[in-house]
Amino acid sequence: MDNRPLEYDYTVAKMFMLTTVLLGIVGMLVGVILAWEMAFPAVNTIAGSGLAEYTNFSRLRPLHTDAVIFGFTFSGIWATWYYVGQRVLKVSMAESKFLMFLGKLHFALYLLVVVAVVGSLLMGITTSKEYAEFEWPIDIAVVVVWVIWGMSIFGLIGIRREKSLYISIWYYIATFLGIAMLYLFNNMEIPTYFASGGIGAWYHSVSMYSGTNDALVQWWYGHNAVAFGFTVPIVAMIYYFLPKESGQAVYSYKLSLLAFWGLMFVYLWAGGHHLIYSTVPDWMQTMGSVFSVVLILPSWGSAINMLLTMKGEWQQVASSPLIKFMILASTFYMFSTLEGPIQAIKSVNALAHFTDWIVGHVHDGVLGWVAFMIMAALFHMAPRVFKREIYSKSLMNTQFWIQTLGVVLYFTSMWIAGITQGMMWRAHDEFGNLAYSFIDTVAVLHPYFTIRAVGGTLYLVGMFLFAYNMYKTMTSSRRVEESELQNASPMGA
Amino acid sequence: MFHWLEKHPFFFAVAVFVTIAFAGLIEILPNFAQASQPVVGTKPYTTLELAGRHVYIKNSCNACHSQLIRPFKSETDRYGHYSLSGEYAYDRPFLWGSKRTGPDLMRVGNYRTTDWHENHMKDPAAVVPGSIMPAYPWMFKNTADIDTAYAEQVTVNKVFAVPYNAEIPMADGSKTTVALAATLDEAKTSALEEAKVVAADMKDQEVKDAVAAGQIPEIVALIAYLNSLK
Repeated sequence: MDNRPLEYDYTVAKMFMLTTVLLGIVGMLVGVILAWEMAFPAVNTIAGSGLAEYTNFSRLRPLHTDAVIFGFTFSGIWATWYYVGQRVLKVSMAESKFLMFLGKLHFALYLLVVVAVVGSLLMGITTSKEYAEFEWPIDIAVVVVWVIWGMSIFGLIGIRREKSLYISIWYYIATFLGIAMLYLFNNMEIPTYFASGGIGAWYHSVSMYSGTNDALVQWWYGHNAVAFGFTVPIVAMIYYFLPKESGQAVYSYKLSLLAFWGLMFVYLWAGGHHLIYSTVPDWMQTMGSVFSVVLILPSWGSAINMLLTMKGEWQQVASSPLIKFMILASTFYMFSTLEGPIQAIKSVNALAHFTDWIVGHVHDGVLGWVAFMIMAALFHMAPRVFKREIYSKSLMNTQFWIQTLGVVLYFTSMWIAGITQGMMWRAHDEFGNLAYSFIDTVAVLHPYFTIRAVGGTLYLVGMFLFAYNMYKTMTSSRRVEESELQNASPMGA
Repeated sequence: MFHWLEKHPFFFAVAVFVTIAFAGLIEILPNFAQASQPVVGTKPYTTLELAGRHVYIKNSCNACHSQLIRPFKSETDRYGHYSLSGEYAYDRPFLWGSKRTGPDLMRVGNYRTTDWHENHMKDPAAVVPGSIMPAYPWMFKNTADIDTAYAEQVTVNKVFAVPYNAEIPMADGSKTTVALAATLDEAKTSALEEAKVVAADMKDQEVKDAVAAGQIPEIVALIAYLNSLK
């Protein structure tokens, strides 16, 4: 072998980049339809009464959450894994036929699962557990896809040239292990067709857990799917892409250690905050509440580490839209990980639980932190993967501001809606009777639901700009040389 | 130690797994040791109720309606007695929900009638002016899946010892029994008997005709389930 630099193989990364963009648009489009349905119920039958069963809020809602989590976010995680993994481990996928095969198999099976999920949710085949709606045949397929990804991670690690694992790799490993554990335990179910000797629907199952126990396991999963799907792997991304793009070293290694192990230890306790004032034992509710507040420390540890990485280089935020995306993402991460613990305080939770404030919290996290970081990662990868500069810098800037405005409209309207709702539900008049009927609290939300729908629509418009910019980058942008790809990504005007 | 772990991926992975599994072990295991004991008056679901519960799940009613009354005066005033753990002993899966776009339904059987539900599913805004709930016309056409409901009854009876065909204590001191049919045909017959009781209070002629002809539309099963929530 001569002494040429390593040529990385981005075949699998490209495939997942494609699904990140496509499923991002699908998931967010469905979300926008849902938002308009809540503001104007007539939208439920927008495709005619014959198709109302499939365009109805209740059928689309799980499709929206699953498309954004498992379609957009996980595609993004895998796209970055198949890019970052090779680069920080200093080994090319092309060096191992087996790993290449695994990567492609990973993608192919994933596509099959996506088709099965969309079909079954539209048909109303669901277990009703949030973000774990799939019936047992799909659950098994998901586990297979997951195991293949695990083999791919540890396979690549096994043949690495760089002996020490970079911070991002810690987070990818944790994502793999965390979701594996959570998903397996929450989806324990018994197929009724086999248990009853061949009666009824073959795909139907019944949960191994009942009532309060089922709720406990579900929210242990539900909250931590956020942890290991929306936090841990996104932190993996920012630890790689922000230093790369800005040309700055990570501010503090010690802080990254503290933040990582702290996050691993604390996060799993926090699920209990979904069950405050429910029928789970009081000590668990308290643990959930207390540990949620403690969680601020490791979360802010990573975010501050990232912000301080920009020390002395803040002019880059003004000059590069890519850095803007990442810095806004870190800022929203801090914001969202402060908001969550506030909502987990018992007295605040009494007001906030079951309201739109929670919906707002989820979305400032997902739109502001997760989606911004994934799009930034794809923008950084595109010139290196396609050997072309990013098609348009001004389009990126436009997208940034449209989407930022969208997020702000979204969470501010949902804050007001949620707190209004909570206050009206609990209001009593001077005789001690309830001051409002339930429908009064629905009617008052209409303006906020409309603002939210506008905010969501703006964000979706930004997604289309993103897709267009990526498409033009792939097809008709100026070619770039390897030497142009150190640090800051080359961008057209 | 951390530097060493970063050079040994296997031990690194083990360390991560132990760290994340810790909280789950401490929080979840103790509650499993004492599985939910039903409170007095909590009964397993009949075949028709279970089929209706499946309709409820199929249409993600739990996305907008909770089934968990918290121990606050405003909630007990509005929805009835706060929820007790044992009341969910036969709920697989639990249906607490996480968002109240509409009101809580845990005890909806106490204050809504068959007739009200029928009108509400057809045109929610006509019953509750200002409602943003969509209509569910297909529930009046689709047939409820009694087979799967029966399969589930057999499964929970066999695997989790859910007490069908056994005496269950009621709040007033009496005993009651929820029957589990011996065969699928018997289950269908008894579900149809139950469905006739519900359909008698309904207005929709097509639904009445269907039940008279031995069919069970989804709406009938759903209402049987909603009526059982008390």
